[in-house]
Amino acid sequence: MDLCRMPAHELGRLLRERKVSALELTDAVFSRIDAVEDKVKAYLLLLREEARSQARAVDAALAAKEELPPLAGVPLAVKDNLCMTGVETTCASKILKGFVPPYDATVIERLKEQRVVFTGKTNMDEFAMGSSTENSGFYPTANPWDLKRVPGGSSGGSAAAVAAGEAVTAIGSDTGGSIRLPAAFCGVVGLKPTYGRVSRYGLVAFASSLDQIGPITRDVRDCALLLNAIAGHDPRDSTSAPQEVPDYTEFLVPEIKGFRIGIPKEYVAEGIAPAVRDVLAEAVHLLTRMGAVVEETSLPHVSYSLPAYYLIAPAEASSNLARYDGVRYGLRVEGEDVVTMYKKTRSRGFGAEVKRRIMLGTYALSAGYYDAYYLKALKVRTLIRRDFDAAFERFDMLLSPTSPTPPFRIGEKVDDPLAMYLTDICTLAVSLAGVPGLSIPAGFAGHLPVGIQLIGPPFTEGKLLRVAYAFEQEAGITAKRPVL
Amino acid sequence: MGKYEPVIGLEIHAELKTESKIFCPSSARFGGEPNTYICPVCLGLPGVLPVLNKKVVEYAVMAALALNCEIARFCKFDRKNYYYPDLPKNYQISQYDLPLAQYGFLEIDTENGRKRIGITRIHIEEDAGKLLHQGTVTTTPYSLVDYNRTGVPLLEIVSEPDMRSPEEARAYAEKLRSIIQFTGISDCKMEEGSLRVDANVSVRPLGSKELGVKTEIKNVNSFRALVRALEYEIERQVAILKDGGRIVQETRTWDEGKGVTLPLRSKEEAHDYRYFPEPDLPPLVITKEWVEEVYRGLPELPDARRERYVREYGLPAYDAGVLTASREVGDYFEACLRLYPQPKTVSNWVMGELARLLNATNTEIADSPVKPEQLADLLRLIDKGVVSGKIAKTVFEEVFRTGKDPQAVVKEQGLVQITDEAALKTIIDEVIAANPKVVADYREGKEKALGFLIGQVMKSTKGKANPAIVNRLLKEGIENKEI
Repeated sequence: MDLCRMPAHELGRLLRERKVSALELTDAVFSRIDAVEDKVKAYLLLLREEARSQARAVDAALAAKEELPPLAGVPLAVKDNLCMTGVETTCASKILKGFVPPYDATVIERLKEQRVVFTGKTNMDEFAMGSSTENSGFYPTANPWDLKRVPGGSSGGSAAAVAAGEAVTAIGSDTGGSIRLPAAFCGVVGLKPTYGRVSRYGLVAFASSLDQIGPITRDVRDCALLLNAIAGHDPRDSTSAPQEVPDYTEFLVPEIKGFRIGIPKEYVAEGIAPAVRDVLAEAVHLLTRMGAVVEETSLPHVSYSLPAYYLIAPAEASSNLARYDGVRYGLRVEGEDVVTMYKKTRSRGFGAEVKRRIMLGTYALSAGYYDAYYLKALKVRTLIRRDFDAAFERFDMLLSPTSPTPPFRIGEKVDDPLAMYLTDICTLAVSLAGVPGLSIPAGFAGHLPVGIQLIGPPFTEGKLLRVAYAFEQEAGITAKRPVL
Repeated sequence: MGKYEPVIGLEIHAELKTESKIFCPSSARFGGEPNTYICPVCLGLPGVLPVLNKKVVEYAVMAALALNCEIARFCKFDRKNYYYPDLPKNYQISQYDLPLAQYGFLEIDTENGRKRIGITRIHIEEDAGKLLHQGTVTTTPYSLVDYNRTGVPLLEIVSEPDMRSPEEARAYAEKLRSIIQFTGISDCKMEEGSLRVDANVSVRPLGSKELGVKTEIKNVNSFRALVRALEYEIERQVAILKDGGRIVQETRTWDEGKGVTLPLRSKEEAHDYRYFPEPDLPPLVITKEWVEEVYRGLPELPDARRERYVREYGLPAYDAGVLTASREVGDYFEACLRLYPQPKTVSNWVMGELARLLNATNTEIADSPVKPEQLADLLRLIDKGVVSGKIAKTVFEEVFRTGKDPQAVVKEQGLVQITDEAALKTIIDEVIAANPKVVADYREGKEKALGFLIGQVMKSTKGKANPAIVNRLLKEGIENKEI
């Protein structure tokens, strides 16, 4: 019985049946971390002792026959852009080194109520800006399937940890693909929920109108369980939606007959690697065989997603990241006056990609350029949203590759920001439209995992999970794990 | 300076008196030990989000209604981006192109009668913190930041450039303060910074329709300073134009000590605030029903109250104006009136003795040591003839000083009026005997002489003699002596 390879729902059952203790499970995960973390570098911070004491408390509760939530005692990794009381939160940035939040993010609060065991804080692209985790201010993370390749980003640490057995589930955040892309690259399940489905309170903001927190898991059932735990309205986040949260596990039936699935032709056009195309074609074949109706459709404006995204997200980021000024926390580089201190601190504290986006966003919002750039991008965003609305009048959901290519080599795109940005070409529009996107493993390009993305109308996570579950059962792909 | 006319517009910030701050549950009270009314949200820590305080919107709607504005059914928040250490997020959540209210006005009294001053817009925003320097901002070795004020709700009220003199600007600012105070949504204390005034001023040749180049004056900390700063700035601008020079568009600061305005930053140095819609807050929808509900709860405003005082109490317009200049004065007046329903008498005392002592001791009327009940009691003592009007002033001062009830003061100090005719007659006979020349003068028709004799009686009774009785007895005494 390899505890480090099993999904949370099975581990939860073993815990409740007392076939394994939470402490044994936690220790097994940390042994795995000790064995492979040197190669993967998924974490920025480990919470070994805290995790063990959380596990012991769960064991005590189990011994006392307490009724515990389904994820109780299951080790979970948290992306380092979520605030947790007393635990250093850096967003993988030197500028936040040493920042210890005095409060819990709402998602952390809810996971504490679930009594999960927190293994640590995972590596990411600095401030979630990147697609490979190479933009971490500290060190890159490796893809567990091929250590010379990137795990995707920005939630690369979380996805790699789940894939490598260094955590059972993980929390990531997604602004333009930051959960879905690493999930696809690491062969795990990753969901970017509908904007507003999960509270952003305590998530260090990158682009407020796009950021969403979501689960990264070994299988679809775990994804439903983790979404159950974190979804729902939060009075502390005015953009969180008041919609009721269903029990997402109730959607998990392997029956999709008659489901109408559209394939946007723009996402199977040039630039998509043949191996990815093949995996998608196989998936379409499988879904059709299961009774789904799959047809080609079009999202005419999605070709403008990249420019729209790279104006809106940096514009918001330029303002969100203004607070890192050396006045009260994190890095301060002294200067002869306050303005010099600001400049020195920010010059030294931020990495190149973060600076690039701050400049891009500052420019887009400047007097005289606002209308031509930021405002225009907002209009394009509306057109993209309407494209999705129109498509969802005909289809229950859309299907696309998650990434145009399989995981690329570390260093391959670091000097070419545009090539790096293109990695997110299939995920950006979903973020701009605010709709849910679910990436699931669908096959391999050689030894490298390939993911596909299911996209639904707002608040149809249940439906997406249902199709993903049926597909997963039929395809049997999640059984495969990387060898390290 | 007859050839030029000034054009003045004011931007006024008023802090709202809500329990909690605009976007978080921290206390919005004034003062407090530094950095005690704070939480992760107003500190702008990484990851926090703002949640709008409903009371702030309600108060802003109240102000907008009181200032005759149109209230937007749909408005939104925007971020104003600039770096300053008292602004923890380095942006301020404000409202830019869709403010909460627009197109209002208020009326001021000028030499030429009533004048309407337009109000361009009212919006809500968060206040910044306070920096504490050792000495001045340029020489201090370090600065300390107090974030208690960070996130306190602010109302920004922008007027049209409708004022044509510093006095009009002052009248507008005072009227605005009075209206806001009446609604009870702000303390409007300039000395505590809960009311801040910035002035935009330009000058142009009299008769011209075009606006001149304006300057903005900041750091005006009292109404008096507003008038002085504007007078100085207008004179400065006129002098430049008369010399054939040009006004530079800039922000200037008022130096109270030197009595001058000094350049702060030019138009070129002005910030590009890079406003954009606040993505953390959904747009604000204010329903008609909500506005109507707020309207029903709106208290009586200064103009309505003033008219009522003239109409119902028959007070002179001047009295009504003074008594309604602030809500507290009117409230005090009405509290007295409920206990002693003689409007003009109460008005005289409130505007006279009370105002004099409050001014002299720099006391707010709400903190007056003389309570309305005590003033009413004192007025009744006069009516009953227990004390004379003159003695009553002494009693009032004593009540003001000690807070004791008027009856007690009268009793303790033996100030009861002497109405015993026999006792007074003795004194009067003595006075007549001692002043034969004055008595003779009076007999020859010098009415003034009687006043002197009354004074002498008052002197020897320490002012306690009933003046009417003294008057009558004196005349009788002099006539009797003649016979």
